[in-house]
Amino acid sequence: MLVTTADQVRQVLAAVHDPEIPVLTIEDLGVLREVSVDGEHVVVTVTPTYSGCPAMDEIRADIAAALAARGWDDVEVRTVLAPAWTTAWMSDDGRRKLREHGIAPPGELLLQIRPRAVVACPQCGSSDTEELTRFGSTSCKALWRCRSCREPFDYFKAH
Amino acid sequence: MTTTTEVDLDVATYCLRLGDDSLVLAQRLCEWAARSPQLEEDVALMNLALDLLGQARSLLTLAGVREGRGRDEDALAFLRDEPDVVNVQLVELENGDFGRTMARQLLVAAYAVPLWQALCASTDADLAAIAGKAVKEVAYHLDHARSWVVRLGDGTEESRRRVQAGLDEVWPYAVELFELDPLLERLIARGVAADPAALQRVWRVTVEEVLAEATLAVPETSWRPTGGRSGAHTEAFGYLLAELQHLHRSHPGVSW
Repeated sequence: MLVTTADQVRQVLAAVHDPEIPVLTIEDLGVLREVSVDGEHVVVTVTPTYSGCPAMDEIRADIAAALAARGWDDVEVRTVLAPAWTTAWMSDDGRRKLREHGIAPPGELLLQIRPRAVVACPQCGSSDTEELTRFGSTSCKALWRCRSCREPFDYFKAH
Repeated sequence: MTTTTEVDLDVATYCLRLGDDSLVLAQRLCEWAARSPQLEEDVALMNLALDLLGQARSLLTLAGVREGRGRDEDALAFLRDEPDVVNVQLVELENGDFGRTMARQLLVAAYAVPLWQALCASTDADLAAIAGKAVKEVAYHLDHARSWVVRLGDGTEESRRRVQAGLDEVWPYAVELFELDPLLERLIARGVAADPAALQRVWRVTVEEVLAEATLAVPETSWRPTGGRSGAHTEAFGYLLAELQHLHRSHPGVSW
């Protein structure tokens, strides 16, 4: 029996994706906060994006299932609220994946309430875009439209 | 097993009040699903409700822990009867038309922003953690309500008439958000709770600023509702609670 390390656990968790934005892993999203291992006991700490994020239950179950499939049964998934999740924790890799998936990645945090900043269209790259509504298909996204290619797109809100 | 102290019980009640406010408003907003004036608004209102529901879940969970009687969020949300639910009456009032719903959203969000800002500095670390999440969310709620109240108030004759009428109806109930009682005084002294007098000052400035921009009149208050915090509710509340609780009560322990 090999000794379990936090790195091994993280490697397994790299295959756990956000159920609502499957292009991102929970690590890309910044939802995975900590992994600790004490003998056979694995503790995974996660934090929700929004208070009401309905994906959290599924994420917790997916973590336990992914680790159980690799033989780790003594797994505890802890949920913490503080420090509060922020899009600043999203990895560069995550931002690139979002863009490739047609979702504009979050901008700078200062713009969170009145985004007057440039949000580039993930389709054609144009910066001539406008907000249609601040609330989108999930809590973390807003609906925007590109004035150049006329395509609507999701914008991952800076939060 | 830790012993429940007087302070724990006070914090539990405080969390119950805030949690019930969020839970009941979330339930009311859900009535707009598939009935909003436009598709984007349907999505927006459900997002607001989801935020409030998430806040309610955290608050009721914490209330259950501090109370120390083994009740979890579900037991508190679904198994309390009307006199045990302690939300302010403002959030349980029927939605009315879209103008009235937006007027209430403005009054609640203009209170929620300074509330959660203040509670980010609460000496109770668990409450401060909930506040740290909520404060970001309610900023969007205020922005949403502000833009609609301005658009309706400074809109057509009909939209203006309706939003003013709705505002006049819900306005007196806002006073309950700022009631002070011995429990709050104890928690304020410990740095746990927000001081309602301070919240009311910020609230008043925000609301008057939005109403001025919306060319709406600040209503005159001639009467003062009270009682929500001690479980006295309006006639509409029993129906809301029945709809909220019936699935859980009819099928105890049911899961998806």
